[in-house]
Amino acid sequence: MMEYSDKVMEHFMNPKNVGEIENASGIGTVGNAKCGDIMKVYITVENGIIKDAKFKTFGCGAAIATSSMATELIKGKTIQQALEITNKTVMEALDGLPPVKVHCSCLAEEALHAALWDYAQKNNIVIEGLKKPVDDIEHLHNV
Amino acid sequence: MKTNIYFDNAATTPVRKEVYNEILPYFMQYYGNASSVYNIARESKKALEKARQQVAKALNADAEEIYFTAGGSESDNFALKGVAEAMQKKGKHIITTQIEHHAILHTCEYLQQRGFEITYLPVDEYGKIRLEDLKKAIREDTILISVMFANNEIGTIQPIKQIGEIAKEKGIYFHTDAVQAVGHIKIDVKEMNIDLLSLSGHKLCAPKGVGAIYIKKGVTIQPFVHGGAQEKKRRAGTENIAGIVGLGKAIELADKEIEENTKKLVYLRDKLINGILENIPYSKLNGHPIDRLPGNCNISFDFIEGEAMLLLLDSKGIAASSGSACTSGSLDPSHVLLAIGLPHEKAHGSLRMTLEHYNTEQEVDTVLKELPMIVSKLRDMSPLYETFLKEKK
Ligand SMILES: Cc1ncc(COP(=O)(O)O)c(C=O)c1O
Repeated sequence: MMEYSDKVMEHFMNPKNVGEIENASGIGTVGNAKCGDIMKVYITVENGIIKDAKFKTFGCGAAIATSSMATELIKGKTIQQALEITNKTVMEALDGLPPVKVHCSCLAEEALHAALWDYAQKNNIVIEGLKKPVDDIEHLHNV
Repeated sequence: MKTNIYFDNAATTPVRKEVYNEILPYFMQYYGNASSVYNIARESKKALEKARQQVAKALNADAEEIYFTAGGSESDNFALKGVAEAMQKKGKHIITTQIEHHAILHTCEYLQQRGFEITYLPVDEYGKIRLEDLKKAIREDTILISVMFANNEIGTIQPIKQIGEIAKEKGIYFHTDAVQAVGHIKIDVKEMNIDLLSLSGHKLCAPKGVGAIYIKKGVTIQPFVHGGAQEKKRRAGTENIAGIVGLGKAIELADKEIEENTKKLVYLRDKLINGILENIPYSKLNGHPIDRLPGNCNISFDFIEGEAMLLLLDSKGIAASSGSACTSGSLDPSHVLLAIGLPHEKAHGSLRMTLEHYNTEQEVDTVLKELPMIVSKLRDMSPLYETFLKEKK
């Protein structure tokens, strides 16, 4: 089995922010069941600040841990600060991931971006530096 | 957490106490090379031939038809490459199945690159090949049929005797990878018309890195390891006496206890399977309900992924395995689960638990108590389950 860091195991065993947000400001879903991971991130944005974030994830230990960490990192951040959170940030916060699991952190970054994109679409705003999320994320496995 | 319930015996087994005791003298006391002439070497030679008898007896073969190898993978390579090379003048077509172990599948790929043609028979939803498919696949130039005795993931047992009959009738060699079956299912190579058979020590409570191949007298096959005259020049190399002694003892014990152990294991297996299917909704048994290895339980749970299940089980001290991509080391889930027609997401959510004779009913009860909580914890996190519940409303 995978050698996970203690941090990853901590976030896998006791994930933070599991759940849904009713009337969320933005919802992002990435991944597909075929390759074995789906992440769905909900955010509440108030006055340009991410007040709350929750997730639901279908996937392995690393997928759940990165979802937990990514939602933790984004809470309380401004939208611009949130955009600066990359897969590397998530990985570092988890004390690293095994090489074959790096794609899980990419998926987490993508899920955050998708939620922000949804928020922007719903409110007719443009978030500078935010690109439309890719539908087909299978290529993320190859990073 | 420390593993205290080991339900992954299809991956490997612990060495049995009786086997361990039998092996010990061959490290420091009887260390002679079986090919030498002095007294201490004669002990090694004697031990080697005793083990050969023990293996032969369990298969109803003759001792001279048993060759020791370094395990199941080597035996599979030996059978396929050895026959392919020796028989290529007659033809270059081999028939196997889609659900073989990689030791067979990757060897077939290798042979394909060297000009052999391979037919991979599909299986039905329970993992069995259809005999009509086999008959239809046979050609003038077919030189070998290789069908595994029992599958390592889903436990399905193939109609080996009927396959043997078909092969015999057509004059084609029949090899079976019986790594999971030996010691668990009664095998008679004569009655089943088996020409070549692979087995491995570590799946039947002998050490890792030792196995054997049965090659019926008269089968045309190339030697596999070139060198000294060991194993009748077909597999050179100073013998792993300690391992071979262990294999002999383990197979003798397993064969002696086969009826009693089967009864016990089928009871535990069915209690485990039924307990799960009754208590956890949206779960499904993979493999054949009856024609399956006595210790094999393989179940798919909708909406969740296997590795996550394994980690949570591990945190409770329970060792099991899964066919999910995350555990296969590739992007695709197990080729066996896909071959029986499972969609990817159900294959990702599979859990295999494989029991041995030393496992207990209490362990089964503990797993039956823990598993529903683990599945529901992961389902509560799953967006697939969320969508499913919303659509159901
Ligand atoms: C069906 C089957 N064939 C072959 C092998 C390979 O055996 P070994 O690990 O002894 O090389 C295994 C076990 O991994 C197996 O289950």
